[in-house]
Amino acid sequence: MKFQGTENYVATEDLMVAVNAAITLQRPLLVKGEPGTGKTVLAEEIAKSLGKKLITWSIKSTTRAQQGLYEYDAVSRLRDSQLGDERVHDIGNYIVKGKLWEAFEADGEAPVLLIDEIDKADIEFPNDLLQELDRMEFFVYETQQTVKATNRPIVIITSNNEKELPDAFLRRCFFHYIRFPDADTMAEIIEVHYPGIQKRLVSEALNLFYDMRDVSGLKKKPSTSELLDWLKLLMAEDLPPEALRAKDAKTAVPPMHGALLKNEQDVHLFERLAFMARREGR
Amino acid sequence: MFTGFFYKLKDARVPVSLREYLTLLEAVEKGLAGYSVEDFYYLARSALVKDERHLDKFDRVFSEHFKGVIDLAEGMDEVEKTEIPEEWLKKLAEKFLTDEEKAEIEALGGWEKLMETLKQRLEEQKGRHQGGNKWIGTAGTSPFGAYGYNPEGVRIGQDKSRHRRAVKVWDKREFKNLDDSVEIGTRNIKVALRRLRKWARTGAADELDLPGTITSTARQGWLDVQMRPERHNAVKVLMLFDIGGSMDDHIKVCEELFSAVKTEFKHLEYYYFHNCPYEGLWKDNARRWNEQVSTWDVINTYGADYKLVIVGDATMSPYEITYPGGAVEYWNAEAGAVWMQRLLDHFEHAAWINPQPENWWRHHQSIQIMHKLMEGRMFPLTLDGLDRMTGELNR
Repeated sequence: MKFQGTENYVATEDLMVAVNAAITLQRPLLVKGEPGTGKTVLAEEIAKSLGKKLITWSIKSTTRAQQGLYEYDAVSRLRDSQLGDERVHDIGNYIVKGKLWEAFEADGEAPVLLIDEIDKADIEFPNDLLQELDRMEFFVYETQQTVKATNRPIVIITSNNEKELPDAFLRRCFFHYIRFPDADTMAEIIEVHYPGIQKRLVSEALNLFYDMRDVSGLKKKPSTSELLDWLKLLMAEDLPPEALRAKDAKTAVPPMHGALLKNEQDVHLFERLAFMARREGR
Repeated sequence: MFTGFFYKLKDARVPVSLREYLTLLEAVEKGLAGYSVEDFYYLARSALVKDERHLDKFDRVFSEHFKGVIDLAEGMDEVEKTEIPEEWLKKLAEKFLTDEEKAEIEALGGWEKLMETLKQRLEEQKGRHQGGNKWIGTAGTSPFGAYGYNPEGVRIGQDKSRHRRAVKVWDKREFKNLDDSVEIGTRNIKVALRRLRKWARTGAADELDLPGTITSTARQGWLDVQMRPERHNAVKVLMLFDIGGSMDDHIKVCEELFSAVKTEFKHLEYYYFHNCPYEGLWKDNARRWNEQVSTWDVINTYGADYKLVIVGDATMSPYEITYPGGAVEYWNAEAGAVWMQRLLDHFEHAAWINPQPENWWRHHQSIQIMHKLMEGRMFPLTLDGLDRMTGELNR
């Protein structure tokens, strides 16, 4: 059971080592990296390549750790009691299972559990999950039962670095920082997504793309997912590679830049640069 | 097994714990590292480092600790198998010269001459070469090339290992710029400041209190809805910004700090000053001369529960702090230090944020004085500094 990347996902060697270590030692894997470098997709691809079910728990700022385990729906029990419903006598009817419970209880093979963007939640959130992720079991007070994972799920946690995670939590995880892919890996990724895309177009586009990432002062640097979108657009428009190369004098703003630059100020910056280039060219 | 490495990491202030070390050993025992140094490096990195800020430190320690081992392992068959890449000149780099070797280079006509000769020979030489004493190649005794025994004046293009992998990854130090992430954006500042928030429930009861409702419903026997006030950010902050002069260099980062602070706190008051707070502060920089507020008024207006945050580089002439009349722009009757003391006496929770890098502080006498006045509560304008500041203010 080794993860080697899939036909849709180019995994670098260090990523594979980290993933396999996490799988073998049954520890959670914490993945960080620039937005758009494929953190969330990683979990999907691991599930796909190992033939496992994927359970996604997306974290929001209001998410509490308890919600991942279970919730006691007191309001509907209250309503049922007012209406004289029979179900009210069994408290088990009002326990709503959370994603962790779902993952622990999965029949057959252990699923892949993705805890997406853990840094969005309250600062105490990871601490509240320490024991549960460590022992893969928790206790339900309302029904006095212990839920224990039959097969330990593979836990992938992503973070965008908006909050520092507590040390005690970090110590229990493997960690991988997805760094921005270099030009070679990027060409590989593009080949995987758009096989047979005109070779020359890609290399021109990549040059332009890395030039753009080097421009200082951009609020949001374009990343892999934006590049893929942009290439899709370029292909749809069937632009010749030469259109991209005209960057020297007249047009510093590349065609279809809307896919790459997501910020008004950034587009503005580029237009100003183009203007300056034109003036110098004169 | 790798205890020496572990302690070196600790010495280099990479936060590693025994638990992580044991995890690494467990992984090695299960054969996850395979038998290659690269895999071990990836494995150790993923098990021991939990924050990209520390990746660079880890790389350095790894490189230092395992240097001998790797060289030994690679030296064995490198002699037979090295493939010299085509772009020889591109990777001229790494010179590790002792004094003797330097003398020898002098003998050859100095460094520049050496480079020139190298270039010439590169042009003369057409193919791959091994042994011998003039041409560039591997295992020779000419001053050029790799793995030779002669003073290895110039080491050329040892950049593909026998596994055809890239340069030793840890020597690339790709995570250099992630170290200590000095880059500070509004969003980051907000996160750093968030620790300062104190939640309190005050005001009108306009939120449904579900647990309260359930409890009192159970007690009463009928549906008894309970309400409670919403939670508010209850921290009050008074900020004083140094403006103009030497602060112009830091204007961008201060703007970011300001915009982050403005949205983060419900009770925020701010005033400007120049270099050091004296008897007057102002709110609008354009009208600073006619609309000054007396510092006494500020002290009396805002209660001691306000947290005082002063933002300034504290880089000025020491006289501006210690002597009456020291101010650069006008005659001040009382010294800046007196006014600082008054502010600090009133506001128990106070901190100074200094945009100057921390290791410069000891070179400026005025910063030293200010640091002393603040009783050490001066922090650099980095995420780490803001973190420490919020910790201090929360005390």
